[in-house]
Amino acid sequence: MPVRQQADSKIWKRRTTKAQFAVWFGWLLGVAIFVYCWRLISDKTIWFFVTDAPKQAADMAERMVPPKWSYMEVLWAPVWDTINIATLGTMIAIVIAVPVAFCAARNTTPSIHFVRPVALFIIVSSRSINSLIWALMLVTLIGPGVLAGVIAIGLRSIGFCAKLLYEAIEEIDHSQVEAVIATGAARSQQLSFGIVPQIMPAFAGISVFRWDINIRESTVLGLVGAGGIGLQLDSSISTLAWTQVSLILLVILATVIVSEWVSAKIRHAII
Amino acid sequence: MSQGAIRRWKRPPFIQNPTLRWGLWVGAAIYLAFAFGTMEVNWDRVAEGVTRGQRFLAAFFPPDFVSRWDSIQDGILESLWMTITSTVIGIILSVPVGLGAARNLAYRPVYLFCRGILAVSRTFPEIILAIFFVKLFGFGPFAGFLALSVGTIGFYGKLLAEDIEDMDPVQAEAIKSVGAGWLQWLNYSVQPQVMPRMIGLGIYRLDINFRESAVVGIVGGGGIGATLLTSFDRYEFDSAAAILLVIIGIVMVLEYTSGYIRRWVQ
Repeated sequence: MPVRQQADSKIWKRRTTKAQFAVWFGWLLGVAIFVYCWRLISDKTIWFFVTDAPKQAADMAERMVPPKWSYMEVLWAPVWDTINIATLGTMIAIVIAVPVAFCAARNTTPSIHFVRPVALFIIVSSRSINSLIWALMLVTLIGPGVLAGVIAIGLRSIGFCAKLLYEAIEEIDHSQVEAVIATGAARSQQLSFGIVPQIMPAFAGISVFRWDINIRESTVLGLVGAGGIGLQLDSSISTLAWTQVSLILLVILATVIVSEWVSAKIRHAII
Repeated sequence: MSQGAIRRWKRPPFIQNPTLRWGLWVGAAIYLAFAFGTMEVNWDRVAEGVTRGQRFLAAFFPPDFVSRWDSIQDGILESLWMTITSTVIGIILSVPVGLGAARNLAYRPVYLFCRGILAVSRTFPEIILAIFFVKLFGFGPFAGFLALSVGTIGFYGKLLAEDIEDMDPVQAEAIKSVGAGWLQWLNYSVQPQVMPRMIGLGIYRLDINFRESAVVGIVGGGGIGATLLTSFDRYEFDSAAAILLVIIGIVMVLEYTSGYIRRWVQ
């Protein structure tokens, strides 16, 4: 225990002197990096706009109320599209993620040296690209519309679902699988009777959780032309129709809250 | 064992209630029929995508780092600055909010107020926040920085509050019983308990913020997103491929370092 000798009595200290210096130096380094980055950003900022912002914000808020409720008629279709993008995208992702997860899990992979790295690479590359970037790519490739959004959400979610699923597969209780093996089951039977029942709750939980995230993400895909309510948001903002913007924000808020509530209910029922 | 047909074992279904089970299947079928029925797809345009897709894939071999290197470098650096500053500021701001949102620390009105802040800042995706900050503060990395900071407050504050609520009250009581003041109590009983997990989450958030900082540029919030959008709009697929590879590379480095640091801390 680090102590300090002071006139014959020992005083307790949290750290040794060396550790204290290391911590102090770490903070110094962190602050230096932060100040450097901050200066670079501040150089690129026009501070007049920033000081002017409160006035602008008040002005914008004033123009946003009251929300234009009659615009809701136009919004039902985009909301439906948004939900479809999230749901169908999640389905695509799950269908692809299941085999990828079985290939990536250490205890079920066909070959640990060849198939597993490939599966892990699929997971990492799908996760490291934001769904908006996927959408941007797909809109240039297959044209704007809901389909691009569905595929973008699907591609982005594969990595997430597969990662959580393969971790669940690696954490199963092996004695159950052993019991199934002891009855003389073939490899496919081991999977379906020994492993699948154990990961089923995790699987359902992951799907619902990802669906909830995807609702959030699909609200913005329209900004790059991939369908959903983001299209309306984009066009309302560019035509400065602020009363429509506020209604759209309220609708997004409501959709997100409802989806969060649904997913919490379902996950509660499963676990 | 009575006479008659042999009884065969059937595995129990995942959803026990048969009405609910079949209801869910039928509901899913109806939903899918509707969803596909209302989806408008221009198949000719999709077919065209095949050739474009080939061109795009071909652009990865080799990607063109050279001709747009200046703007790529600028964008990436800007993204990194935004990531670091917004993570730091976001975490600093989220500590008081998180303390206030922990039920075992704060009084009821404070608790509700802080929970309110967290709920609001978590609802909207960073990109929508970025749109509004660009309107208010002008184009450039400052707007993106603010959007990411707000997102960080929502994420980190909520997890901090939950972690404090889950802490072991025995240690907190022990520190209180030796006569510690409120700040000393925080510093010696709460902080050591939540610190390892919070360092890990902070690094995780750094990782998320970099991914997000790559897209706020699409709406004018600074960073690599603007460069990426331009290269897609001009169909310069080889530059786009280069940018994507740089993003993937940085994300992978961040993910491995963050995983390593988290294991080392815990």
